[in-house]
Amino acid sequence: MTSQAYEAGGRSLTTARRRLSAALWRRPWLRAIALLLPPLGWMVVFYLAALAVLFVSAFWSIDSFTGKLTHVWTWTNFDTVFTDKTYREIAWRTIWMAAAVTVTDAVIAFPFAYFMARVAGPRLRTLLFVLVLLPRWSSSLARIYAWRLILNQDGALNWSLAKLGLPEQGWAFTNTAMWIVFSYIWLPFMILPVYAALERIPDSYLEASRDLGARNWTTLRRVILPLALPGIVAGSIFTFSLTLGDYITPSLVGNVDFIGNVIYRNVLGLTNNLPFAAAYATVPLIVMGIYLVIAKRLGAFEAL
Amino acid sequence: MRRIRRGHVLIAALAAALCVPASGVSSAADNSMITKIGKGEGKLNLIAWEGYTQPQWVKPFTKATGCKVSAKYGGSSDEMVTLMRTGQYDAVSASGDASLRLILGKDVRGVDPKLVPDFKNFISALKSPSHNTVKGVHYGISLQWGPNTLLYNTKKVKPAPTSWGVLYSSKYKGKITVPDNAIQIADAALYLSKTKPGLGIKDPYELNSAQFKATVDLLKKQKPLVKKYWATAGDEIDLFKNGSATIGASWPYQTNTLIAAKAPVKDLIPKEGATGWADTWMISSKAKHPNCAMQWIKWVSTPKVQAQQAIYFGETPANTKACKIMDQLSKGSCAQYHANASSAYFNSIKFWKTPVKACGNGKNDCMDYTKWQQAWTDIKS
Repeated sequence: MTSQAYEAGGRSLTTARRRLSAALWRRPWLRAIALLLPPLGWMVVFYLAALAVLFVSAFWSIDSFTGKLTHVWTWTNFDTVFTDKTYREIAWRTIWMAAAVTVTDAVIAFPFAYFMARVAGPRLRTLLFVLVLLPRWSSSLARIYAWRLILNQDGALNWSLAKLGLPEQGWAFTNTAMWIVFSYIWLPFMILPVYAALERIPDSYLEASRDLGARNWTTLRRVILPLALPGIVAGSIFTFSLTLGDYITPSLVGNVDFIGNVIYRNVLGLTNNLPFAAAYATVPLIVMGIYLVIAKRLGAFEAL
Repeated sequence: MRRIRRGHVLIAALAAALCVPASGVSSAADNSMITKIGKGEGKLNLIAWEGYTQPQWVKPFTKATGCKVSAKYGGSSDEMVTLMRTGQYDAVSASGDASLRLILGKDVRGVDPKLVPDFKNFISALKSPSHNTVKGVHYGISLQWGPNTLLYNTKKVKPAPTSWGVLYSSKYKGKITVPDNAIQIADAALYLSKTKPGLGIKDPYELNSAQFKATVDLLKKQKPLVKKYWATAGDEIDLFKNGSATIGASWPYQTNTLIAAKAPVKDLIPKEGATGWADTWMISSKAKHPNCAMQWIKWVSTPKVQAQQAIYFGETPANTKACKIMDQLSKGSCAQYHANASSAYFNSIKFWKTPVKACGNGKNDCMDYTKWQQAWTDIKS
């Protein structure tokens, strides 16, 4: 008796399953929705909605006396962001630093990635991979503090310079210090895409180049570099955007504000002016938007 | 697929935009005065200055009352006000430039001083000071006070400084550190009030536009001399320890910590005088543990805790009975931290307060704190 009921139940479950799969097979759009809805919903709710809230709140303002939010639409925040000399200067400084760090990382990463991809044997290559990724297993905060210890007046660098009889440096808490630390912490993000791009170049291309009489330098300039460019651009998306959004490095090793520091102080600190912080946060978003369009033109997304 | 995606984005954005104003009116505030202490809630969340919640007086408090304390350090008065407005904290050790903002923003509750037995032993200037008592209502109980000092490395800075002028001269270029805090403008104004009497600065927190401009100009000239604008007390201690800075504006807490670490430092109140702070423990209008918060205020007002904190931080207790215990804990500390000083000494310090437009000159033309903050961002950039 019981086993019969069980069988009947099992049978009806099987039929339902069959019906569902048939329905899905007959209507491809239903299949597409069922497949895409969870990731798309996640993306929309947690990512795009957050951006939408950010953008909407940028049009509100703060009561200067009590510091409470006023829900009245106003352009004042954007007006301040784009016309005030101070905020323009901070934005330019951040963008310049991001550009300098990107160029530095590209220059360092290219020969390194080339060696990894085309010169080193498999065992050495694995070792180099580990060396590139190893620092990322520790907290970036610890690594930034380590740089503070290196660059300090009585730090490791000055100690070594003194032993070598060289004059001491005073880079601690300057833009130079920020440039060094930024270039250091984002370097792996440049090496890996450049490595991927270089590894993909078939040997036959280089042989063909040589057969046609090109010297090493010409091959590098006219064959390898153009093929590696999408990788470099892809890496630059990381180094550029990560520098643009960082506020910890400037506050720990620098002595000037970046875009992120202004946002941080407006959120926690100065009057809790969230609307202004939101308005200022659109600056890196716009800059990155432009950057990504250019990067796509240069074929960076195929190299990722 | 394209149509669906666009529709989703629109709906989500709309829904999210509608959610935000709704979340603005969350937990309920209670602004009634606290007139009795009920049973402790077993927990207490504090915002405090670094060094204000040391285990030596927090542990016995938890043992005596059952209230488990978790404290978050606030780096500046601005940060403390912001944190208090989140409603997640029960009480804050607010300085004079934060307390009035909290009172006017209805973020804190009134307290009946009768609940604090030690209140009667407080110095009279801190019983109902204007920074925590409005229209006869006490929004909190005073705690400690002290001056902002000039800290220097005795091996590197010679001769010993006597004036704040060293922070504005190129003699120690690249070795100077000052707080990263808009209220720091008052320090420059105080210096100018003595060195440029022509400007007519009477109160460093009440500056008209000409006085304000002169002060900001001085600070802009100071900027290239500054090695680092320090954000936390620990930051400054670090700078002095590793030799990156040899002179700077400081609190006595940094001096005490550095001397304990055997660093060759000394501090002083320069001849122009000093700005300073007078702190008040205030209870949030959204406090979830008001009884524990009241117990805490009672506890930190007792002579013993007042003495311990005064010696640890290097500040002056509000409770006059603390002097004797201070000398028992560390000989001569009562006089060292001015716990027995006359009211003339108290009056010589220009205590932090929030700059407002309607200031003492009756002309309503002073720079308010928003202007101070904008100027500070401008000075640093």
